[in-house]
Amino acid sequence: MSAGGGRRRGVADGTVERMIETNALTKRYGRTTAVSDLTFTVRPGRVTGFLGPNGAGKSTTLRLLLGLQTPTSGEVTIDGRPFRDRARGLRHVGALLDAHDVHGGRSGLAHLSALARSNRIPRHRVEEVLEEVGLSAVARRRTAGYSLGMKQRLGIAAALLGDPPVLLFDEPLNGLDPEGVKWIRGLFRRLAGEGRTVFVSSHLMSEMEHTADDLVVVGRGELLAAESLAEFAARGTRSSVTVRTPDADALAAVLMRQGATGADPDGDQALMVTGLSAERIGELAFEHRLLLYGLTTRPASLEEAFMELTASRVEFAGGDPR
Amino acid sequence: MSTFTPQAASESHTVTEMRTVTELRTVTEPRARFRDLVAAEWIKLWSLRSTRWVFAVGGLAVVALNTNAAYRDYRAWPAFGEATRDGFDRTGALRDAFTNMAAMNLILVVAAVGAVAVVGEYGTGLIRTTFAAVPARRSLMAAKAAVVAGATAGFGVIVAVVSFLVTQGILAGRGAAASIGDPGALRVLAASALLAPVAALTGMALGTLIRHSATTVVCAVLVLLMLPVGLGPDTHMTAVIDHALPYSAWDRLVSIDHAPRSYPSTVGGAWAVYAVWALAAAAATVTAVHRRDH
Repeated sequence: MSAGGGRRRGVADGTVERMIETNALTKRYGRTTAVSDLTFTVRPGRVTGFLGPNGAGKSTTLRLLLGLQTPTSGEVTIDGRPFRDRARGLRHVGALLDAHDVHGGRSGLAHLSALARSNRIPRHRVEEVLEEVGLSAVARRRTAGYSLGMKQRLGIAAALLGDPPVLLFDEPLNGLDPEGVKWIRGLFRRLAGEGRTVFVSSHLMSEMEHTADDLVVVGRGELLAAESLAEFAARGTRSSVTVRTPDADALAAVLMRQGATGADPDGDQALMVTGLSAERIGELAFEHRLLLYGLTTRPASLEEAFMELTASRVEFAGGDPR
Repeated sequence: MSTFTPQAASESHTVTEMRTVTELRTVTEPRARFRDLVAAEWIKLWSLRSTRWVFAVGGLAVVALNTNAAYRDYRAWPAFGEATRDGFDRTGALRDAFTNMAAMNLILVVAAVGAVAVVGEYGTGLIRTTFAAVPARRSLMAAKAAVVAGATAGFGVIVAVVSFLVTQGILAGRGAAASIGDPGALRVLAASALLAPVAALTGMALGTLIRHSATTVVCAVLVLLMLPVGLGPDTHMTAVIDHALPYSAWDRLVSIDHAPRSYPSTVGGAWAVYAVWALAAAAATVTAVHRRDH
């Protein structure tokens, strides 16, 4: 679908692609700008990572999507309509914003039962989602006694209640153990595989690189990138070269004199070199009669690409009045 | 229940880049009903242990205060003069049926229940979960107000009826009890029972506007309890303000032999005060959240 098609309004339900669209979305609190001129699209059938350092405006954006906050300017629609226009939300969008957004005095079961009832969702669905997230055994306990991981699971159960085509998760991996992280990644992939729109925020690229198909990257409230994971990975410019050599110390000294920005031991008999190409390292080793066993160019990791992008934005934001 | 119907993607729905979505999901949704919101809020109210505790302890306190008043009159009966004994069943017995202390206690308990119904959601962050599930915020708050009003009205009826039965049972031992058919007896019961939802809705409105538990309780106590006690009936302005407060309205309604004052209030006026406070508080609760950021 073309970008223009999704912005058409008033198309009958069922014919509009289930997607999230923001258009020049801006939110200011007094003089502070939390979100500035964000325009992006999140597509169905894919897991989209929403990345940015802490304080980049991710949570604000998600609250704007859900109509919990009103944009200062710009607009945001889910499935072609502002979410606030819906009378009931759970069948349209399932959201986990903050796992702590529950009342500690209520049991997980009561929490979900009330949510289900408000949206006219049958009771058996509550048992189903509790089973799905693995909380059936503790469902009758008050949530004040839940660990953060259990609260995350409860929040995910609430998001799944209405079997919605669009799901939003704000930092859902916080507090989960490795088993939980594996489970939730599988869940995201499955939900996307079922044709749903899955939008997941994180401040860590490592959480996203094995899960997301697309990325929306923000820094200081501004859009830095909105593209596929592969495209994003290609942005990394700071590649490094791994050099296997028995003369690591001598070679490191030579390379540093010749313009390497880094030449650090990488295990036994190996160096991780940045700032010089593999060819140049080979030449220098040859000139200095140092033995090499191997030269491997390693492209910058996603994490590095992410750091580079967000770091540069922070630098610009300091002086550049844009 | 929502059901998704996978549809084959028409060509206009093809997603560019890397992967093509092969199915889309349509949402079929039952009609949104207000009574589902009421049912959900009812679950939320009673699934908190604190609700039951507050109602149980508060109810016992109200009944105990009234019982104590009746028992004191029972004990003091032999010492009462002829003038006091004469017509006691019409006035004194009905004052024992629901005392001023009990009314103040009732106000405190239900105003707290009303305030906590909203402040508890703001304090925990649950309000975001709630509004994400029900974007129709005004409907949601109206359902909340209906549940708080209904539950506290039921509570008011129970404590008023139990107080009446217990106090008149005690006074019957002196042959000084009022019966439910006596003039004004039903009015005392109704005014005391309905004081509960009026005060609860006021507490709820304050909680919605203030969103902070301690400040809300202080304000509720000031408006509902301190103000009517502090305002004298002697000047026109203080009397008018006084008459417009729920506690004073209750006081007027339960005063069967109303002594004429310089600025008298009427029974009809007192009922109107109840209605205006309940409606205004409900309206404030429903509208305050509409434009707010959460």
